[in-house]
Amino acid sequence: MAISEKILEEILNKYPAKVKRNRKKHILIRDPQQDRQEIEANTRTIPGVVTNRGCAFAGCKGVVLGPLKDMVNIVHGPVGCGYYAWLTRRNKAKADEPNKNFLAYCVSTDMQESDIVFGGEKKLARMIDEVVEIFKPNGITISATCPVGLIGDDIQAVARAARAKHGLNITAYSCEGYKGVSQSAGHHIANNGLMENIIGAGEMEEPPGKYTINILGEYNIGGDSWEVERVLTDIGYDVQAVMTGNGSYAKLKNAHVAQLNLVQCHRSINYIADMLQIKYGTPWLKVNFIGIRAAIESLRNMARYFGDESLIARTEEVIERELAEIEPQLEPYRKICSGKTAFCFVGGSRGHHYQGLYEELGVTTVLAGYEFAHRDDYEGRDVLPYIKTDADSKNIPELHITPDESRYRLKIPVERLDALKQEMPLNNYKGMIEDMTEGTIVVDDLNHYETEEFIKILKPDIFSSGVKDKYVTQKMGIPTKQLHNYDYSGPYAGFRGAVNFARDVAMGFSTPTWNYITPPWKGKPLLEGTIEPCSAHPGVKEVGAV
Amino acid sequence: MLDCTPKEVIKRSGGLINPAKTCQPIGAMYAALGIHNCLPHSHGSQGCCAYHRSHLTRHFREPVMATTSSFTEGASVFGGGANLKTAIKNVFDIYNPDVMAVHTTCLSETIGDDISTIIKSAEVPEGKVVIHANTPSYQGSHITGFSNMVKGMVEYLARADTDGKKEQVNIIPGFVDPGDMREIKRLVGKMGIKFIMFPDTSGVMDSPMTGKFDMFPAGGAQVEDIRDAGNSSLTMALGYYASSTPANLLERNCRVPAITLKTPIGIKATDDFLMTLRSKFTLEIPYELEEERGQLVDVMTDTHHHFYDKKVAIFGDPDILTGLTEFVLSLGMQPVHVLTGTPSGTLGGPQGIFEKEINEMLAAARLEGRVKAAGDLFELHQWIKNEPVDLLMGNTYGKYIARAEDIPFVRVGFPILDRSTHPYLPIVGYRGALRLVEMISNALLDRQDRDAADEDLELVM
Repeated sequence: MAISEKILEEILNKYPAKVKRNRKKHILIRDPQQDRQEIEANTRTIPGVVTNRGCAFAGCKGVVLGPLKDMVNIVHGPVGCGYYAWLTRRNKAKADEPNKNFLAYCVSTDMQESDIVFGGEKKLARMIDEVVEIFKPNGITISATCPVGLIGDDIQAVARAARAKHGLNITAYSCEGYKGVSQSAGHHIANNGLMENIIGAGEMEEPPGKYTINILGEYNIGGDSWEVERVLTDIGYDVQAVMTGNGSYAKLKNAHVAQLNLVQCHRSINYIADMLQIKYGTPWLKVNFIGIRAAIESLRNMARYFGDESLIARTEEVIERELAEIEPQLEPYRKICSGKTAFCFVGGSRGHHYQGLYEELGVTTVLAGYEFAHRDDYEGRDVLPYIKTDADSKNIPELHITPDESRYRLKIPVERLDALKQEMPLNNYKGMIEDMTEGTIVVDDLNHYETEEFIKILKPDIFSSGVKDKYVTQKMGIPTKQLHNYDYSGPYAGFRGAVNFARDVAMGFSTPTWNYITPPWKGKPLLEGTIEPCSAHPGVKEVGAV
Repeated sequence: MLDCTPKEVIKRSGGLINPAKTCQPIGAMYAALGIHNCLPHSHGSQGCCAYHRSHLTRHFREPVMATTSSFTEGASVFGGGANLKTAIKNVFDIYNPDVMAVHTTCLSETIGDDISTIIKSAEVPEGKVVIHANTPSYQGSHITGFSNMVKGMVEYLARADTDGKKEQVNIIPGFVDPGDMREIKRLVGKMGIKFIMFPDTSGVMDSPMTGKFDMFPAGGAQVEDIRDAGNSSLTMALGYYASSTPANLLERNCRVPAITLKTPIGIKATDDFLMTLRSKFTLEIPYELEEERGQLVDVMTDTHHHFYDKKVAIFGDPDILTGLTEFVLSLGMQPVHVLTGTPSGTLGGPQGIFEKEINEMLAAARLEGRVKAAGDLFELHQWIKNEPVDLLMGNTYGKYIARAEDIPFVRVGFPILDRSTHPYLPIVGYRGALRLVEMISNALLDRQDRDAADEDLELVM
């Protein structure tokens, strides 16, 4: 059953008037006839609504900084924030240098009441000293939690002093949880800090290879980045830095040498992509390595960007080889998945990315949305000039970036760049909505009540979201697929990743456990037997139940 | 694995590396889930609520429903009163629980929001109740938060409104799994004593698969029962850190005598638990429980050679550790390292009842060991490097140390994020002790089998 405006209205009518007015603007029914469909996004969640959203700290430390393996991430605050961001996101990493992978370490200043009263700067400085002495990392990041900003700890000053004292890259991120309206504010804060303090801090002046790229917004969840890099390296690309999955200070500081930046997760990293364009003249290409067609298109766009015939030919060779490997493996899973429907509600880009992969398995996405994206992730970057800043977005600083006098290079001629922009998403992202078909539902910051209501009406065959709503849906007897952590599986990116995803989704549909939900005695009579024909009523022969 | 942890211990004062505790609010959220028809509410930034729901969900593999005040920078400057009032209205309008249980966060505590005043001025529908607990993340641990929320239940709900006290016992189970709560209830039930357990997450955090989602599952302590707890003749607080403060408050408010006992993990603590019920209610312990005890002793004796003199390191929450340490001692093992992240004394004071109790147990067994409260897993790992052990017991975070040092590992406590069934199966009572014996011997003997040369592999052990 599709959802009409009338049904939508009925769903929203359960809300108090104010909540209804608010939520209405975050939901739309896709109508491709309309020139542009607007959706409200990146605005406050209403207090008292069961939301999936997290905070700026989670976006900064948890998402962007956390995966940098050769840096120690110190969390300045009470113990919880550091604790929950410890090893829970599945951003995998292997050490490039001995003893330089600190991802299994959670370092928290564990602020106590006296630190709240008298300030925690001294304790933070001691923690930095101890981290340097014990771990000798390539750098240190300091992430602030809520009370830090409130009590006025100057973590930037502590970082500056420590930087001078230890001669190490030590930087502070004022990503208090109350900033902005979701994780998104934290992405921006982290982007600013990496751009100001780390990217470009290296000595390299020239790219190490002919086709040197960075991959931005790829966090190596379940090993995604490794699968993507396997193919890219095979084609002939040099991956300078990945931001930030399996990433490192050692690589990131020289990210300025790349000739092209790939953007996988637009939401979390587009700020750096833009700033690299301005500062070093490096264009960025919106790619998507989730889904086979999207991965192929991304590879072809990359090859056309560099425009080298041998690279284009090699790209086709690799695509052909990879397809030959995975197609037979996908077939049995397609048979299981075909004709099914899905909800696809994820953070800031996967809500879009996974729709294509689902489609390739024969699964139609009937509802999609983002937890913390902005309007441009839905409507495309054309909408950027029309997005109004509000009190919440204004307090995240926009860096004023200018071209780097010695390192700015035009990577390709302006005319060629303009021509390429017509054929591929260079410095551009067209957003989720355009890819959604008529009658599908787009929901921003989908909450618990709406999840239940939409499930009742649309009855999806699979629900893909995160850990907080996974078991809610599973209790209803609906298979789920966590698309934040892949249910501890992966990689899902690239060619081989598609097979893993297909296998896991098919497993969700076909696990025998669904057959046992209803106990065999439900609906069955307690006593079974026959009643002998009664002489008084010879017509009655047999009655099954008593 | 953990290759950057050196053997040499340096004195540290900058905070924690690899904590063995987390913050108060998650404990408060868990406790609140133990009230029937209750929606926990986190008064702070959205991230707190998201983190706590996620982490509880990972441990229980169950839905954890909770709301948040969604603080913004404005609310942090001007106070969160407006956000909380909006939240209270929306929670009852949209989700309609019987109880909304508000806990604070480091954010709302630092700015000093006065929760009870805000609640009083909020629109709370007739027949509904909003309770609260102050749970500043910069004091204590998740165990303190659990205790504080149970205190909130006592403060807001329990009433002494009968002339005399009723022949019924209140049980505050502490921060344990629903399977443990069920087992404790079974034991008290077998004794034939009427009881009120609160909080009680059984039936909430171990709910069955039925094909239907219930935002408020069938389990949990009923509000009227918590109210009636003020009329009981005794409160048994299981676990000093999670349960004694609310039990003492109930004694003060409603004159219900309180006894604090160890969480009944292992044979001795279970004996103490049953003996207390026996003497307080003058009821004999039924043969069925005596039989269970005898079976446990039988297995412990049959297999003492698996355990005797084995060195073990244990970490986790203090109330769990007290029982576990006592139990491994009763198996003839040597708990040489015992560490909790929770501060032991009041508000982070240095030495408290935790170290004292564990040290007394070790002394009685003529053993010496490292015992520490407010410690971290980095330090525990260093202890193990300096004095190796045969077995490590603790929550999932221990697997990194176990792998680094190649030590058999038993998962016990909170959180267990990489295995299932622990929320359902108890570690308390004689049955729970039997399960611990199974887990410990599996870990030790699987290891012995793995390492044995072909000619040494034993069929019978």
